[in-house]
Amino acid sequence: MPYLHEYLTASSHRRPDHVAIEDPGVAQVTYRDLDRLSDKLRDRLRRLGVRPGDRVGIAVRKSIDSVAAIFGIQKCGAVHVPVDASGPLERTVLIFENCAVRAAIVEARLVEPLRAATDRRELALLALEFEAGPLPLARALEGSGGPGSAFHGANEAWGPDELAYILYTSGSTGKPKGVMISQRNATAFVDWCSDAFAPREDDRFSSHAPFHFDLSVLDIYLPLKHGATLVLISEANGKDPLTLAELASKSRITSWYSTPSILSFLTQFGRLERHDWSALRTIHFAGEVFPIKHLRALKDRVPHPRYFNLYGPTETNVCTFYEVPREIPAERAVPFPIGQPCPHYRHRVVDSEGNDVTRGEEGELWVSGPGVMMGYWNAPDRDDEVFRHDAEGRRWYRTGDVVVEPPDGNLIFAGRRDRMVKKRGYRIELAEVEAALYRHPEIREVAVVARRDEENGVRIQAFLSVRGSRPSAVQLKRFCAEHLLDYMIPDQFTVLEAMPKTSTDKTDYQTLKEMA
Amino acid sequence: MRAYILKEFLPGEDPEQLTDSLPLVTGRILDSLATLRLVAFLEETFGFEFSAHEVGAQNLDNLNLIASFVESKRR
Repeated sequence: MPYLHEYLTASSHRRPDHVAIEDPGVAQVTYRDLDRLSDKLRDRLRRLGVRPGDRVGIAVRKSIDSVAAIFGIQKCGAVHVPVDASGPLERTVLIFENCAVRAAIVEARLVEPLRAATDRRELALLALEFEAGPLPLARALEGSGGPGSAFHGANEAWGPDELAYILYTSGSTGKPKGVMISQRNATAFVDWCSDAFAPREDDRFSSHAPFHFDLSVLDIYLPLKHGATLVLISEANGKDPLTLAELASKSRITSWYSTPSILSFLTQFGRLERHDWSALRTIHFAGEVFPIKHLRALKDRVPHPRYFNLYGPTETNVCTFYEVPREIPAERAVPFPIGQPCPHYRHRVVDSEGNDVTRGEEGELWVSGPGVMMGYWNAPDRDDEVFRHDAEGRRWYRTGDVVVEPPDGNLIFAGRRDRMVKKRGYRIELAEVEAALYRHPEIREVAVVARRDEENGVRIQAFLSVRGSRPSAVQLKRFCAEHLLDYMIPDQFTVLEAMPKTSTDKTDYQTLKEMA
Repeated sequence: MRAYILKEFLPGEDPEQLTDSLPLVTGRILDSLATLRLVAFLEETFGFEFSAHEVGAQNLDNLNLIASFVESKRR
């Protein structure tokens, strides 16, 4: 199917009364009702003037409503731009202005602050009142009936190579950058998942990742394409391993997908041995390296499902995958490989000149295929940095990840070639954290480094030199909370008299890393 | 408890900054992993178990709340 929203419509025709989404303890919705709700939103958006290609923001907690919003927007042929509804307002405004959203569906509490923070009067806001009970989207659309037909590409100048959604990730210039994913990019990924994991109608998929994070693409579309059920996990439940373990077990989840950090939390703090995991068939993990110690502990407690390591930046979604063997050899101390390229991808491992390295040597991973993003929103310079065209006209995406390709073809992740790090599966450009801290009036110089420890994963440490009085760590954390998403806030602040410098008077990150 | 929080999560901080009512979770002083480590520390030190839904700002947001929660669990 060329369009994501057709997955929902087709499943709704096939099994209208089956539960499409469960929001445990809140509500559930059938395929028919989800399809109708998103139709109503499509009609409302059209009346608000939304046209194919327009961007529509979503700043709404994870809910049946936010899934319906995504499909309603797509049914207009428009582009959805999900943001963290609980993140700093400043970031939401920056994203909405960066891609010039035509309309936005937002939690009611955000309407006033958004209006005050933006001078774009033509921005149409649809407010959802979660405080007044479940399914606020249905209430917001009451009385908005009227005819409307499903958007169809053939009827308008519109095709599968058009933009489907924009996901904003951490940017090295200090501002988030918008990764543009087309309908074809996304469906290539979802259709590969169908082939690789053969979902069934009785499957129950977890939705752990937030919708502004690319793991959610599998969560949302794969179950809805196959007429299965999506079980939503709220942000609060997702962070609390005791509640999360209970919820996942009681909800009889069959297919789990999250970052290794969450699985490590569950293993260490979730008392997994007290729950029944017999329904679980598959565990997918992605976003970062899974330390073997925690993976082994998890497999000891929950041995029977198949475990898959999925790898790929937001720009490609998953581009390589690896199935973890049934038994982890006792002597294995290093993480498992990221595996072989998915069949819709080609890959190269290249040196700094862009020439293929000798097999077995370290090099940067380049990939090419229908899953590679269209580019970054309104940032042709960045596109030039990451895309390379070969003599045959094939477009390659430079992942920035350094890998090794051993004789068995299962690629091994060996690090980054820049200053991007992953913490709990989230991308952090250390320069974005520095840019936020530079806005603090007392800070003269700042340098942020990451260090890895086995127990806590990646820790972010900020080194500062200050102008006058020394700000407290409490005050600095609060300052960061106003400008950065939670996972970007440094774990530790260290004030120095002066920043160490290299012979060319640049910040000496090497020394700082040794100090961390 | 105060010493543990300072040592683990606010190294080098002036102890006076950690007041009894300083919001730790909602003020984003503790991230989710830090909160879990605090929970494990409290369970081990005071010999009780948190149940699901008890791990959250309602019981852990400041030193006062933590103290009364621990007190109620030990009773």
